[in-house]
Amino acid sequence: MKRMNPIHTALMGLGLLLGADAAGAATLTIGTVNNGDMVRMQSLAKAYEEQHPDVRLHWLVLDENTLRQRLTTDITTGGGQFDIITIGAYEAPMWGRQNWLMPLEGFSPRYDVDDLMPNVRKQLSVEGRLYALPFYSEGSITYYRTDLFAAKGLSMPAEPTWTEIRGFAEKLHDPARGVYGICLRGKAGWGENMAIITTLVNAFGGRWFDEKWEPQLDTPEWHQAVNFYVDLLSTFGPPGPSSNGFNENLTLFNAGKCAMWVDASVAGSFVTDKAQSLVPDKVGFAKAPRAVTDKGSSWLWTWALAVPSSSRQKEAAFEFIQWATSKEYGQLVAQHHGISAMPPGTRLSTYTNGEYLQKTPFALVTREAIQTANPDSPTLEPVPYTGVQFATIPEFQAIGSMVGRQLSGALAGFSRVDKVLHTSQGAVRRTMKRAGYYDQNGVPGAQR
Amino acid sequence: MREAAEPSSRAGRLTAAPAILMLFAWMIVPLVMTLYFSTQYYNLLYPGRTKFVGLENFTYFFTYPSFLTSIVNTLLLVGSVLVITVVFGVLISVLVDAKFPGQGIVRMLLISPFFIMPTVSALVWKNLLMNPVSGLFAWVFQLVGLTPINWFSDWPLLSIILIVAWEWLPFAILIFVTSLQSMDQEQKEAAQMDGATPVAIFRHLTLPHLARPIAVVVMVESIFLLNVFAEIFTTTGGGPGDATTNLPFLIFTQALLEFDVGAASAGGLVAVVLANLVAVFLLRLIGKSLTHA
Repeated sequence: MKRMNPIHTALMGLGLLLGADAAGAATLTIGTVNNGDMVRMQSLAKAYEEQHPDVRLHWLVLDENTLRQRLTTDITTGGGQFDIITIGAYEAPMWGRQNWLMPLEGFSPRYDVDDLMPNVRKQLSVEGRLYALPFYSEGSITYYRTDLFAAKGLSMPAEPTWTEIRGFAEKLHDPARGVYGICLRGKAGWGENMAIITTLVNAFGGRWFDEKWEPQLDTPEWHQAVNFYVDLLSTFGPPGPSSNGFNENLTLFNAGKCAMWVDASVAGSFVTDKAQSLVPDKVGFAKAPRAVTDKGSSWLWTWALAVPSSSRQKEAAFEFIQWATSKEYGQLVAQHHGISAMPPGTRLSTYTNGEYLQKTPFALVTREAIQTANPDSPTLEPVPYTGVQFATIPEFQAIGSMVGRQLSGALAGFSRVDKVLHTSQGAVRRTMKRAGYYDQNGVPGAQR
Repeated sequence: MREAAEPSSRAGRLTAAPAILMLFAWMIVPLVMTLYFSTQYYNLLYPGRTKFVGLENFTYFFTYPSFLTSIVNTLLLVGSVLVITVVFGVLISVLVDAKFPGQGIVRMLLISPFFIMPTVSALVWKNLLMNPVSGLFAWVFQLVGLTPINWFSDWPLLSIILIVAWEWLPFAILIFVTSLQSMDQEQKEAAQMDGATPVAIFRHLTLPHLARPIAVVVMVESIFLLNVFAEIFTTTGGGPGDATTNLPFLIFTQALLEFDVGAASAGGLVAVVLANLVAVFLLRLIGKSLTHA
């Protein structure tokens, strides 16, 4: 083989970066998460490419944390690397407000915008204007093993409390036979352990901030909730829970090792899939556990597709995201992977489809989890932020990762919960002060 | 002679100037930019709110809850790996220095881990060796009837230290083996004739001979070990809690998990100062043995 001149190679690389569309066809660069549904989209999008010979799709599939880093640095610096990005309910309204995303208008008549679930749509809008289209949406629900419950003569209520869950976990925990009482997220991250912990805190009547942006981490509600979580998971959980996130727990549950699991409703189609799960027909579904309140005890999250303002192919990108979130796409998934695999939680029509409801055991509990979550009033006491398991403020990324890291340490037994919460309270307040939520004397609310 | 040399050296300096300026800019521009950013409140998510804040980023970084732990972890990591690599490096080198069949192959195998990329070796250790369910260690433990160790949650820093030591031990062996080959064999044979035990030979001949290579290994490794990042990123992600967060990892969390460019720049400068402190300290301590030995 002829050896390439390094300058030549460098120029070619530059050419690839700058003008891959020089070949005639428009290339759309899509950044997305490595979750099951998106991986499916990547394979099904060949159909889209066949219908649109002038469009080529270039995929970048990354894990959630890495994707978020890449997208955030690209979009905040106006890098323009991506034409289509996968973002969540946290980013969409903030980035829309900053004009980093293209406002979505002029839908094709077949798209039927009004079919999108109102709760989900609201999460992705700023002042009534959509900035991203929902790909799938999830609440959190309780998964449990009907066979193990039956063997012990237990029955899961439709609306369990955390105390009941603890009781079940105690009875079902049998590590000698490879079954753990409960699996929960313990891996650090604002989108990992903090999602489940925040809903637990909400259920115990706590909140992240009071009306004046004063952090509430050192309150009795937080101490109760976090101590409960650490005790429950370290006593009746699988070994080493501090390294388990959504995907790790899904693997454990599918391998039949968890008697219960509280997590995103989107796992429903995976735990009931015969190809992936060892227990596909032994899974029951209930609402996410409540405690003193059920307000904010189930989270609401939407993965959505958006077009950055820095994209040079806005029209083509908008057309693609309409296709990927359309009813037709849902049908395409149903054809290839079975009707239960349709992207859940985004369209009202999915839940009026008799066949879907009949063949999907988790359909109704999913719909209820999504419809009852209220991001505008997530907690028992009033809060100044929106979002159930996160606060839609730019600082939350920093706060959530930091507190999440500390709490995963407490879960692994490296420090005490009470100490961690006390330290976190101070650290969160510092971050908020730095971002200007309090005035010079530390009095809240002065600058906003 | 003097007069003749002067103009040519000036010409030499002139011709070298562009290269030196280039190198200077190469070094100074990033440093100045870091200095500048370290005085700004600059959060990537808040583009409109960048402003001058003086030294606030530094106080913020110093009072960050993970800061002290990260310094302790950095020093623990560097210190333990140095001790492991030097002690085992010397012992193994002395062992493979004696003639035996297959010596070449054994030496090559001993040195090869050094050429594996840190990310790759971290992944191998994480998934094939230390995994509590499917790893080799777990299998061995179960074979003898013990409960497998949950390495990355129960002994996170130790696990990182083992991985990094495994990567750097070959470097120490490489240096020590090379240096042992230059050892005076006649002196050794004379000592043996006088009835010196192998331990005495090791204590009074080999170790003094290795003093200088040990100093080199300690210096070179310290500089690289202060920057360990890939191993932590791929295995524990700095956790659980702050258990494996070292200074580079803390700076990474500021910059890329919290998007706080200001605090990350301040942290970067702190790391530069720390690295320099360590370097000065080592030069004082070891540099002397390099010149006097």
